[in-house]
Amino acid sequence: MSQVTIDRNEIDIVIAAFRSDLTSFLEEWRPIISRFHLIIVQDPDLKEGLKIPNGFDVDVYTKSDIDKLVSASHASMFSGYACRYFGYLVSKRKYIVSIDDDCSPAKDNNGDVVDIVTQHITNLKTPATPLFFNTLYDPYRKGSDFVRGYPFSLRSGVPCVLSCGLWLNLADFDAPTQSLKPELRNSRYVDAVLTVPKNSLMPMSGINIAFDRETVGPAILPALKLAKEGKVRWETMEDVWCGLVVKVVCDHLQLGVKTGIPYVWRNERGSAIDSLKKEWQGVKLMEELIPFFQTLKLSQDAVTAEDCVMEMAVAIKKGMGSKHPELANAAGNMVEWVKIWKEVGSRVLI
Amino acid sequence: MSVPATTVTPPLADDLDIVIPTIRNLDFLEQWRSFFQPYHLIIVQDGDPSKTIRVPDGFDYELYNRNDINRILGTKASCISFKDSACRCFGFLVSKKKYIFTIDDDCFVAKDPSGQEINALAQHIHNLLTPSTPYFFNTLYDPYREGADFVRGYPFSLREGVTTAISHGLWLNIPDYDAPTQLVKPLERNSRYVDAVLTIPKGTLFPMCGMNLGFHRELIGPAMYFGLMGDGQPIGRYDDMWAGWCAKVICDHLGLGVKTGLPYIWHSKASNPFVNLKKEYKGIYWQEEIIPFFQSVILPKDCTTPQKCYVELAKLVKEKLGPIDPYFGKLSGEMVTWVNAWNELNPSTDVAAVKNIDAAAPKKK
Repeated sequence: MSQVTIDRNEIDIVIAAFRSDLTSFLEEWRPIISRFHLIIVQDPDLKEGLKIPNGFDVDVYTKSDIDKLVSASHASMFSGYACRYFGYLVSKRKYIVSIDDDCSPAKDNNGDVVDIVTQHITNLKTPATPLFFNTLYDPYRKGSDFVRGYPFSLRSGVPCVLSCGLWLNLADFDAPTQSLKPELRNSRYVDAVLTVPKNSLMPMSGINIAFDRETVGPAILPALKLAKEGKVRWETMEDVWCGLVVKVVCDHLQLGVKTGIPYVWRNERGSAIDSLKKEWQGVKLMEELIPFFQTLKLSQDAVTAEDCVMEMAVAIKKGMGSKHPELANAAGNMVEWVKIWKEVGSRVLI
Repeated sequence: MSVPATTVTPPLADDLDIVIPTIRNLDFLEQWRSFFQPYHLIIVQDGDPSKTIRVPDGFDYELYNRNDINRILGTKASCISFKDSACRCFGFLVSKKKYIFTIDDDCFVAKDPSGQEINALAQHIHNLLTPSTPYFFNTLYDPYREGADFVRGYPFSLREGVTTAISHGLWLNIPDYDAPTQLVKPLERNSRYVDAVLTIPKGTLFPMCGMNLGFHRELIGPAMYFGLMGDGQPIGRYDDMWAGWCAKVICDHLGLGVKTGLPYIWHSKASNPFVNLKKEYKGIYWQEEIIPFFQSVILPKDCTTPQKCYVELAKLVKEKLGPIDPYFGKLSGEMVTWVNAWNELNPSTDVAAVKNIDAAAPKKK
């Protein structure tokens, strides 16, 4: 297995800021992220200026930057959790690593601090294996390999374009689950990364992800906004929607998605019960979204992520738009996103 | 901690058989004694039937050698491999229990990272008695494990899961590599304990290893035929693979689940890679065509039992894989023989009683 190089010129770390004082957050992450370029996007609703400690190579984007770059009618696409996508848009690098601002570095089973950047980039720079399941998980990890019975023609894998990490302590459960089990914390560090098989959908959590912006950036998009969209993960489905879209795109384009390590430590924030009191629109929506996305087929003409997204938007509007106005909006946002992506002319520097 | 007033029966003590193929001895059972002793063993003795296999004292077991297999199955004995651990499926056939756990005689008790001995059987039982989730991937792995649950975005209508039919365990120390990999990496050992059980999604095939495996015999037993391997056959070390591909396709069709991950056992013996290469050689080429075949199989809606599914699969094997090599035509025939043997030895209540097979007194000390 070849050595993976972590080249700072290839990587942007994108953080959406929901609180103005980022000192403790950035200090905690300093050993891991200070050598990389940071893009911090301030939640447009946050009025105070951001407090950022010295020693970081950082660009900050605020509401006025968003308003300048995209037309006023589309600025709302980047509200709340979706403001991080603005960071993806303006990035000029190949890989993005993105985490929520309520996460701290985690420790692995040996007590070592988890370097999420190295692990995410390693996941992205080694192939994924979606066409056949390897029972020893990622065969490209040191000490592992393909098992007996794994077809040799499938052993070169496909490019991995999305790496979904996990969370210790406060796991990404929905509000009903966390309310029912208020003491439930994730203390199990599962030392594995594996490919999500082809044609298998999964719920992507935006809390801790990394992706190949060059290949799949157009499909990592802000689209679904719930009526009562909030500032805690219990009150949004924007990342889950994005995950369904990007998985269909990846399956169609023969690209891979990995899940597992690295872990972050997710700190306590908000109240599941309070979030539960809001109408849980997202939960109901998932019931219909899964069967729909599972049967979505893209044409042979869709050969890029942009093509795929445009086709999907049409299908979503047609198939679900009339029954669910928020999905018609989501479809519209998807089309807008691809347009903006092209206009901003986001190109990779290196 | 309080002590129960009455003895606590180990789970499924009356509902599970442990099937062990062996050609040498069963000394390894000593290490497993505290975990296995409450359960009934079915030993399938491969190779020379005149050899006596010593079973450690205190175990409740039946033992079958080749003579028994021939006697019990008559002409149908042709479907049971000789000089290959594939013969283990004879044990599945003659068992009368609801669940099977099968393990190789070079597999020992492993320790988890805290140093505690792993009761592999108990973990398999837990895996089998909790649902699987093949229709949507849960990123926190098995949601039914203590300390885990379904993640945000997981549809509530899918949270009941489906019945688990197969529990596939893993191996520390000697990993289950094929011969080419063993030759290239003779010293590699699996030392990574991955603390997870997960469901293999619907529509995804996997390489099923038979050395540490549990399954629901009533739901999927007829599909757990380990094929024609070993003596007189052009291929070996694909017995469990074959059973796994067939069983997964059928599980997907019938809405049953397959789990993989914990428990780990400690695999102590590395088989000779040169011998393995000779056995696997044809398989390495054939699997390139076998996999697309299984990936494209669609079973008709009226295949509502594992037997019906398996007979249909046998037909498709003959039709689609037959052109690759005459072996597949033969295999297809023996797949049907297997199902017939299964039905004969396991008559269901709505089928007319078949004439009694003289299963004779099992050898017991």
